[in-house]
Amino acid sequence: MSTLNELTLAAARDGLRRKDFTARELVEAHLTAMAASKSLNAFISETPERALAMAAQSDARLARGEARLLEGLPLAVKDLFCTEGVRTTAASRILGNFIPPYESTVTANLWEAGAILLGKTNLDEFAMGSSTTTSAFGNTENPWRRRGDNRPLVPGGSSGGSAAAVAARAALGALGTDTGGSIRQPASFCGIVGLKPSYGRCSRWGIVAFASSLDQAGPMTRTVRDAAILLRAMAGHDPKDSTSVPVAVPDFEGALGREVRGLKIGVPREYRVPGMDPEIEALWQRGIDWLKAAGATPVEISLPLTHYALPAYYIIAPAEASSNLARYDGVRFGLRVQGDSLDALYENTRGQGFGAEVRRRIMIGTYVLSAGYYDAYYRKAQQVRTLIIEDFAKAFAAVDAILTPTAPSAAFPIGEKMEDPIAMYLNDVFTVPVNLAGLPALSLPAGLSADGLPLGLQVIGRAFDEETVFSVGAALERAAAFEPRGPRG
Amino acid sequence: MALDKATVTRIAALARIRVQEAELDPLQASLSQILGFVDRLAELDTEGVEPKAGVLSGLPMREDVVSDGNCRDRILANAPAAAHGFFTVPKVVE
Repeated sequence: MSTLNELTLAAARDGLRRKDFTARELVEAHLTAMAASKSLNAFISETPERALAMAAQSDARLARGEARLLEGLPLAVKDLFCTEGVRTTAASRILGNFIPPYESTVTANLWEAGAILLGKTNLDEFAMGSSTTTSAFGNTENPWRRRGDNRPLVPGGSSGGSAAAVAARAALGALGTDTGGSIRQPASFCGIVGLKPSYGRCSRWGIVAFASSLDQAGPMTRTVRDAAILLRAMAGHDPKDSTSVPVAVPDFEGALGREVRGLKIGVPREYRVPGMDPEIEALWQRGIDWLKAAGATPVEISLPLTHYALPAYYIIAPAEASSNLARYDGVRFGLRVQGDSLDALYENTRGQGFGAEVRRRIMIGTYVLSAGYYDAYYRKAQQVRTLIIEDFAKAFAAVDAILTPTAPSAAFPIGEKMEDPIAMYLNDVFTVPVNLAGLPALSLPAGLSADGLPLGLQVIGRAFDEETVFSVGAALERAAAFEPRGPRG
Repeated sequence: MALDKATVTRIAALARIRVQEAELDPLQASLSQILGFVDRLAELDTEGVEPKAGVLSGLPMREDVVSDGNCRDRILANAPAAAHGFFTVPKVVE
């Protein structure tokens, strides 16, 4: 039974119900795979005892015929979700020993649906990054390598540990969070599926906050169907999150078989950025052709503000971060570094507790919110955000979904783009506008680069229309026939 | 926009982040680079555009009642220093 970890989440669910194998066997196969892929450093904390205990409970329920939505399915969780009694670090020194006395709503939803926790995955510190190289717990490696080149590659970020774990078959699926692309870009880099749901679809309660108006939890899996299954269990209104929207959660899996015939698919001309990698452009064209062959109609659209989304994001996200991260003061929880006054205690704690990228973003945020600069930066960015929201609204008056590449490149070697923050930020040029507008977007693996690395396509939908996103994603997945094979194979 | 060193020091103080002397030069360079990048927004005419803090509006309010509490020990469980049921900090009043 050593290959149970190769199953999709849907196949594992069905196999458990048919009693082809037990939840315990499924968990054991994943614990073996986690040990085998240890060198990737995908996990910050592993929870094998808890996983086996949860499996025993699931096996008892399965035996009684009382299986819930995700009964017995082992998952990995980004170490940004608070898990009661299980250390939650946000990959930061400042939270290095934090043990939450409560459970995030989204993870609580998973356990109530019968899912099993394998461990907490690595990320860029406080989810600030696109490479999982700013973690206080070391870099995560992408399980993929360029053909004929053994240099370790980044898994993308910030949900790089989750992406690497799913790609390496060390989890059936994983939770990520996405503030500017942190689910979709690592999904693209690791050859898996990742969805950022509509803002307000999943509760943010108990997720360590980065930029509250942009953060959203989402599933990372090996197939579109698996993402649909996982999202259904994660989503739902939560009175504890005032931005959680009280709408019914559809059976997303049921949307997978929907026809895309007759759908209008927007192709935004501003996403053809100057100097675009011809491989990415060719992949995008293939995606357009696949949807055309399935009966959809591609429509050229314009999103004129695209060029301004990234600068607006790099004002809004740091501004919100500087406010959210003010709570790490060395007083109530987390690291404390002594000082001879209260201010010195704050400054020492935050100076030593935060890594370089987090310090930089807090300072940018502090600056753009400070007296005299607020209007020129923060207010201006909020106005640009309004225009970006309007751009998408206009586009969605004419189309049902939008197709773009997920990222401007494939995975790059660890260590590249580290010295130049803007070069790193440009990773998110295609994903950030979606967060500013609060829309759902899916990344799915659609092909390989010439040197053998996975490349992703992004499907963007109207707010709270994940169903169309899933149906278009499923059509692309069928056409791409991307084998969720072992990345080293 | 390029920041001078005094401004970097002032931002660090506002953000309550201790910055070592050796970090000032690289910070000044990278913060200036990022601000130069976001300055692109100045090209846009946004006169009369309503600023938005988020995408949602009109969400329901919950009832204004106590929904949680009586968990002092759990709140203090992660405190770096606590005594007699309180967080402790360096002396602030002489």
